[in-house]
Amino acid sequence: MLEIKGLRASVGAKEILTGIDLTVPDGEIHAVMGPNGAGKSTLSYILSGRDGYEVTGGAVSFDGADLLVMAPEARAAAGIFLAFQYPIELPGVGNANFIRTAVNAVRRARGETEMDTVTFLKEARNAVKALAMPDDMLKRNVNVGFSGGEKKRNEILQMTLLKPKLALLDETDSGLDIDALRIVAGGVNAARGPKFSALVITHYQRLLDYITPDRVHVLAAGRIVRSGGPELAVELEQHGYGGLEAA
Amino acid sequence: MSGTAHATKFLDRVDVASLPGDQEARQSALATFFSTGWPDRKHEAWHYTDLNARMRSFADEALVTRTLRPEFPSVDIPRLVFVDGVWDKNLSSDSLNFLRTRGIPEQKAGSSPIVALNAAITLDGADLKISAGQNAGTILLVSVGSADGLAIAPRHRITLEKGSNLTVIEVIRGAGRYLHVPVTEIDVRDGGTLRHFRLQEESQDSVHVATILATIGESAAYETFTLGVGASLARSEFHVTLGGSGADVQINAAQLLTGTQHGDVTTIVAHDAPGCTSRQTVKSVIDGSARGVFQGRIEVARIAQKTDGYQMNQALLLSDSAEIDSKPELEIFADDVKCSHGAAIGALDPEQIFYLRSRGVSEQEARAILIRAFLHEALEPITDDVARPLFEAAIQSWRWGASG
Ligand SMILES: Nc1ncnc2c1ncn2[C@@H]1O[C@H](COP(=O)(O)OP(=O)(O)O)[C@@H](O)[C@H]1O
Ligand SMILES: [Mg+2]
Repeated sequence: MLEIKGLRASVGAKEILTGIDLTVPDGEIHAVMGPNGAGKSTLSYILSGRDGYEVTGGAVSFDGADLLVMAPEARAAAGIFLAFQYPIELPGVGNANFIRTAVNAVRRARGETEMDTVTFLKEARNAVKALAMPDDMLKRNVNVGFSGGEKKRNEILQMTLLKPKLALLDETDSGLDIDALRIVAGGVNAARGPKFSALVITHYQRLLDYITPDRVHVLAAGRIVRSGGPELAVELEQHGYGGLEAA
Repeated sequence: MSGTAHATKFLDRVDVASLPGDQEARQSALATFFSTGWPDRKHEAWHYTDLNARMRSFADEALVTRTLRPEFPSVDIPRLVFVDGVWDKNLSSDSLNFLRTRGIPEQKAGSSPIVALNAAITLDGADLKISAGQNAGTILLVSVGSADGLAIAPRHRITLEKGSNLTVIEVIRGAGRYLHVPVTEIDVRDGGTLRHFRLQEESQDSVHVATILATIGESAAYETFTLGVGASLARSEFHVTLGGSGADVQINAAQLLTGTQHGDVTTIVAHDAPGCTSRQTVKSVIDGSARGVFQGRIEVARIAQKTDGYQMNQALLLSDSAEIDSKPELEIFADDVKCSHGAAIGALDPEQIFYLRSRGVSEQEARAILIRAFLHEALEPITDDVARPLFEAAIQSWRWGASG
């Protein structure tokens, strides 16, 4: 379970998160919606441990542990996964090798045995197929020369193989056509279960037609200004964020 | 102490008069060497590499020989082994037919004091001649340095007659404090192709200054790749003359430097005929307070129209005190040419490190993965299935993460 209490964070002199309270229980999928610049990516980066943000107040716990003191790799081992809004290219690093290294690093940290290459490749190929990705996706260098949609699918591929307990999906839907959206949503829905939770960050209600959230939160100017059930997403789609920021 | 004084002291123990061959040529080469001694920063070609300073510690070195059991890459190709610059019959394959230079270099000393030094004191070397049209396969040329305080100066000669092919894989290893100044004379005649792979894994206490003097004929090709991981100071200096139209040279190198290592790649490519191409990429990974140098000079003669020359210096600086010096020089006398050079120097990308860490990979492993990826690109053009694994193994066993 993820519990965020009164989280405030700045970059330099600029306060970006102004007090966030948010709880995501195990097994639930929560959507975070909000206008550009609201602080959605900042929140996802702080949860995954990226440098460059100063937490000026509040606390975050994950399964009872203080998340904010953990190194990014320790958070991954604890089960947190961030699907990047803008996935990073790694020239010279093969995709299969990259994912297998990650899977085994996480398994080692959890005291599990490493996965051998054959087993890994079998799982990886199945996942590639399920995500309707081209066959050579595993052979190519990580995200190098990938289209926008391929990059997003590659994030979901990693999520599928790393089997996180909490996935943070930062605008994974943006730039996807409707078919790709359906496939990506299928990847998330396949992971659904009592031990899986997700924070689905999105701009549009569109994705939520395929991934039905348990809760929807609106993030504006660095804090949650409204929370509700799935119907809130529909309302936002119709009326926009304008009225909510004032609320 | 001046470069000459150090040199006198170090070379005192070499009795040039007792060496075989043309005494007059040796004495004149020695005089050429002593006119400068060990070059230092005052010499233009050595501005970034102060050999004199490194040689200071050698001046008082006692001469110690040791018995070293050389280890070879276990590859099934004929090999020539030189221990301390002298051919070792027992360690070499008997299947190979070749001559020995036996300390008689051709007169190609040029202006380099180190080539002159080599000419004065060389004892031995391989003299490989491939006859016209022959596909001579692959030869392993192993050099082992094993004595403290020794100047090791093999003179090799590789001649490819018209339309012939050869691959030479040089593996350079050793233990101890020695100076290794190999000179390789290369002549690739019309239509020939020489592939020359060099793995420099010298003793960390040694000084390595290699000079390659190559002439490439019409439609002939010389492809060379050097991976340098050893030596306290290493310099690989290539002088390549593209002497026939359509000649092609590729000089690529990668160096991995840490601690106080100094690694220098210096190239002088002379386009002396029309329609020739030269390609050079040097990649350096520099950690600790090590220093890398790439000096690349492209000279295009008036008749060398349609020259295509390219040069790239890429460096990853892993610490704040790591340093790279880059000196590209283009000297162009023809008007219809395409010559370019570039440099890409920087640290590891924090975004890439974070991406890997967010997937559970430790920071140290993330750095190692990214450094290997950088080097992997250098190895990409190497298709030779003997050379490639040797280089990969050397990169794999580098002291990864020795400093954060
Ligand atoms: N590294 C940074 N330096 C300065 N300002 C930043 C940085 N990262 C984000 N911001 C600012 O913080 C605000 C929130 O950004 P972000 O979290 O990316 O919003 P969202 O993902 O909701 O669009 C924006 O005003 C943005 O310009
Ligand atoms: Mg964003």
